Amino acid sequence: MAGAALPGRLTWQLARVVEVTPETAQTKTLVLDAPDWAGHRAGQHVDVRLTAEDGYQAQRSYSIASAPEDDHLMLTVEEIPDGEVSPYLAEELRAGDELELRGPIGGWFVWEGSEGAPLLMFGGGSGVVPLRAMLRHRAATSDSTPARLVYSARSLQDVIYREELERSADGVEVCLALTRSWPEDWTGHRGRVNDALLDDIAWPASDTPAIYICGPNGFVEAISRRMVARGHDPVRVKTERFGPSS
Amino acid sequence: MEDFTVDGNALAGALAQSLGRDVTGERGTCGHCGKASLVAELVVYPKAPSPVARCPHCGDVVMVVTEISDTITVHMDTYAM
Repeated sequence: MAGAALPGRLTWQLARVVEVTPETAQTKTLVLDAPDWAGHRAGQHVDVRLTAEDGYQAQRSYSIASAPEDDHLMLTVEEIPDGEVSPYLAEELRAGDELELRGPIGGWFVWEGSEGAPLLMFGGGSGVVPLRAMLRHRAATSDSTPARLVYSARSLQDVIYREELERSADGVEVCLALTRSWPEDWTGHRGRVNDALLDDIAWPASDTPAIYICGPNGFVEAISRRMVARGHDPVRVKTERFGPSS
Repeated sequence: MEDFTVDGNALAGALAQSLGRDVTGERGTCGHCGKASLVAELVVYPKAPSPVARCPHCGDVVMVVTEISDTITVHMDTYAM
């Protein structure tokens, strides 16, 4: 019934899986071909809907991992054991399979390019996904906005897009905070994001950075409070909270 | 997992399909406590029988969204946008 949709009205559309790429033990990136896709902005998300043979439907939201300029739409999915949707997406999907998508969604947690202010991003776990889309967008448009990403992960093995982040474009600094375990010779941050780390990496409020925080509730809450306490205008502190998307 | 919450961004797809526009950056006023919040900031319990959004200030229910196949109903009598 896609043809009956009103123009401009968000509705479900079909996408075909081009490739499934492993990222970490728990995460995979779905590379999709979505013929009716109208484009998106970095930071937006999609709803994915699965329909069982008996008509039962389940849907979940996933951040878009690709830049608007990328050839394909990409979603990075974290597999939650015993979940209803994510194990299917991560384990069962094969190239050629079809999915139902609704999107792009959200006009608030988006970054469209330089506003003359630096870009300061905090990602917790798979909360890095929409921030990766912003970095790819920045690179694809040769935007020279200084950008810093603080990425909190349990261990080095849990870091998604590690290689890509290590060879980030000029003007991008990536700071990994490992919260549970780290290599003996780890010179990066150990433990949760704290004020000492923010002193090192966060631009002062007077530089009016655009701040994006995405991750689990506790992570987002802790950092957004700290940033507001450091004098950043709450309007410039954009947050997206999620938990395990089962 | 019972108390697992996300935020209003998770309702944005159903709201956009139902209302015809993205509302994540719009503000509404809670009918209980009178405080304003962005839709993106609402506290959403995604796993109730249907997703329920609560005011981030007072915790009262401001929105219930049901989505069955392609029929979406948005109850937001207590959230004035």
